[in-house]
Amino acid sequence: MDLLRFITCGSVDDGKSTLIGRLLYDSDAVSLDVLAALEEQNRTSAAGTVDLALLTDGLRAEREQGITIDVAHKYFTTPRRKFIITDTPGHVQYTRNMVTGASNADLAIVLVDARQGVVEQTRRHTIVAALLGIRRFVLAVNKIDLVGYSEQVFRDIVADYAAVAAQLGLRQVVSIPLSALNGDNVVKPSANLPWYQGPNLLEHLETVTVATEATTDAARFQVQYVIRPQTAELPDYRGYAGRIQSGVYRPGDRVLVLPAGIETTLAAIEIDQQAVPAAVAPQGVVLRLADDVDVSRGDTIVPLAQAPVPTRELEATLCWMAEQPLRPGRKLLVQHHTAKTRAVVQAIVARTNIQTLEQQPAAEARLNDIVRVRLKTARPLAADTYQQNRTTGAFILLDEQTGATLAAGLIEQTAPAEPEVEL
Amino acid sequence: MPTLPRLDYLDRLEAEAVHILREVAGQFQRPALLFSGGKDSIALVRLAQKAFRPGKFPFPLVHIDTGHNFPEVLAFRDRLAAELGEQLIVRRVEDTIRQRGLREPGGKFPSRNALQTYTLLDTVEEFGFDACIGGARRDEEKARAKERIFSVRDEFGQWDPRRQRPELWNIYNGQIQPGENVRVFPISNWTELDVWNYIQRENIPLPSIYFAHERRCVVLPSGQLLAVTEHLTLDATDELTTRQVRFRTVGDATCTAAVESDASTLAAIIDDILQAKVSERGATRLDDRISETGMEDRKRNGYF
Repeated sequence: MDLLRFITCGSVDDGKSTLIGRLLYDSDAVSLDVLAALEEQNRTSAAGTVDLALLTDGLRAEREQGITIDVAHKYFTTPRRKFIITDTPGHVQYTRNMVTGASNADLAIVLVDARQGVVEQTRRHTIVAALLGIRRFVLAVNKIDLVGYSEQVFRDIVADYAAVAAQLGLRQVVSIPLSALNGDNVVKPSANLPWYQGPNLLEHLETVTVATEATTDAARFQVQYVIRPQTAELPDYRGYAGRIQSGVYRPGDRVLVLPAGIETTLAAIEIDQQAVPAAVAPQGVVLRLADDVDVSRGDTIVPLAQAPVPTRELEATLCWMAEQPLRPGRKLLVQHHTAKTRAVVQAIVARTNIQTLEQQPAAEARLNDIVRVRLKTARPLAADTYQQNRTTGAFILLDEQTGATLAAGLIEQTAPAEPEVEL
Repeated sequence: MPTLPRLDYLDRLEAEAVHILREVAGQFQRPALLFSGGKDSIALVRLAQKAFRPGKFPFPLVHIDTGHNFPEVLAFRDRLAAELGEQLIVRRVEDTIRQRGLREPGGKFPSRNALQTYTLLDTVEEFGFDACIGGARRDEEKARAKERIFSVRDEFGQWDPRRQRPELWNIYNGQIQPGENVRVFPISNWTELDVWNYIQRENIPLPSIYFAHERRCVVLPSGQLLAVTEHLTLDATDELTTRQVRFRTVGDATCTAAVESDASTLAAIIDDILQAKVSERGATRLDDRISETGMEDRKRNGYF
């Protein structure tokens, strides 16, 4: 069985939590005691029916305010597939949590209230999801019952959204009219929507192609931990434990250890102490090298022919997640998976206007801004661009003092282009 | 050219957990694995073997013993630690109660569940643990569904759900200040069924109380069955019965209910779960029913 990770996003009150509640409820993933607790809550709070949103809104403040503050994870399985859902907040001030959810998802369900159509948050969330590399989208036109199940309303919203998708180069958008509250077209087809011939939401989620790691991608591996038993039986054993980030590794490969640039041979790949003939992403492995070279946590081991050039200068897109604005000159820590080094922000190149997608000049980055920056790191990083590699093209920025996560970073260029010269 | 491995969802969950365990080893000075003797922490131990063998674990196993455990589980714990050749640290809630002059919980079904938070925090301080690995899963409970995989706690062990760090891609930020520590949950994305499927696939031994056996139980007003142990004070009105039961989770004998079942193999248990209409915590926990926000409140105060 395979696994699909998806997020739900959209504006506040579009009914995201209700939609997830409906998916869980109608696919029998909600157990009796949870349902009973839910009905009890509804008796004590609002009137009448079961509020399915209460299945996902787990924190007290969320239930009291009726909004989603933080990312919630839900799990369900159908005979065809296992699903991990990340429910992300709709409010602008929680956009950073939306970024968090999108960074680990293969597909995004973008909810739109049929009465409101495409609004600012629809655009913002689509831009963020696309920026983070999501290519499969579902436009879920929710509350279609409240517009009389109107085909025209649906068509208009689909057309509006197509303009956003086109601007972002998104080609895999499937639009589905539904009512999460009543269950129309979520898990079951709806008699109220005779004009709609496409799949219902669950049908689509069960059959959409799942992104699997391409074995043709450049091979990438970073050392997480060095295994050295130093026992009587294994006095000289040295194994480099880590996760294959992309591509394929095979024993006998000529490899480079970066950033040092030492060349050696991959003597063996071990999984659970057994030598294997090949390993692929995202397997956890132990690599054994033919030569006794100096390798430690944060180093990259890559096949010679596919090696990136380590760089100390990065141009990157940041999703800034801290209250305190970012200004040029700021020093911080870069965590590039297992590699960590100090860095300075040399320049803020531009800020993305999320209405027009235009790059505009900016002196600083504020909470939830998407900006392009130039960074200089203390130690070289064996990095790729995010477009080449969704793993090794990503990093986070940390506050040197508190350790707080300040930004998500997507590498655009590993060595900045030469400044333009006036001719 | 050998054919490349095809990974199914269990392989992916396993790879994720192994990656997280190795991040703990790579990022922290003094980590610990909190081991309860339950199936989730037993699965964690298996994952740690996959992550670190042929080396030793870069952390001890730590058990916070409430004194209300099932004897079968304690025996299993000691045997497992000996077989692994890994360090086992046991700290007892009883000692905390004595040292701190705390009051034993009273009532008919005394639960030391709340008190074990003190013992845990004292143990973290005693050994200077900067990361504690636990087997909690997001599918267990709504407040858990909101928790990060690397969850930073302040020096009082408290969880502030509003100030959680964004957790991006699979980059885990373990950068902390003195006094802070991190709780790490490598099987966050596993469900109850995933854990059982993994135990079956890996052929992992479990304490006997997970499998069907005859047991003397008291029938609670809710209809749940609670094992008769020395920790309960029974009276004449209690309805006692002997049933064929097993435990779906293993916690304190005073607050973990048994479920009627004749499932005596892993395959039969998995079948049982597929049929089950009541969630794991709902079937077996007496202590979450106290209030709607029971778990959130306890987590804020330093509970796992």
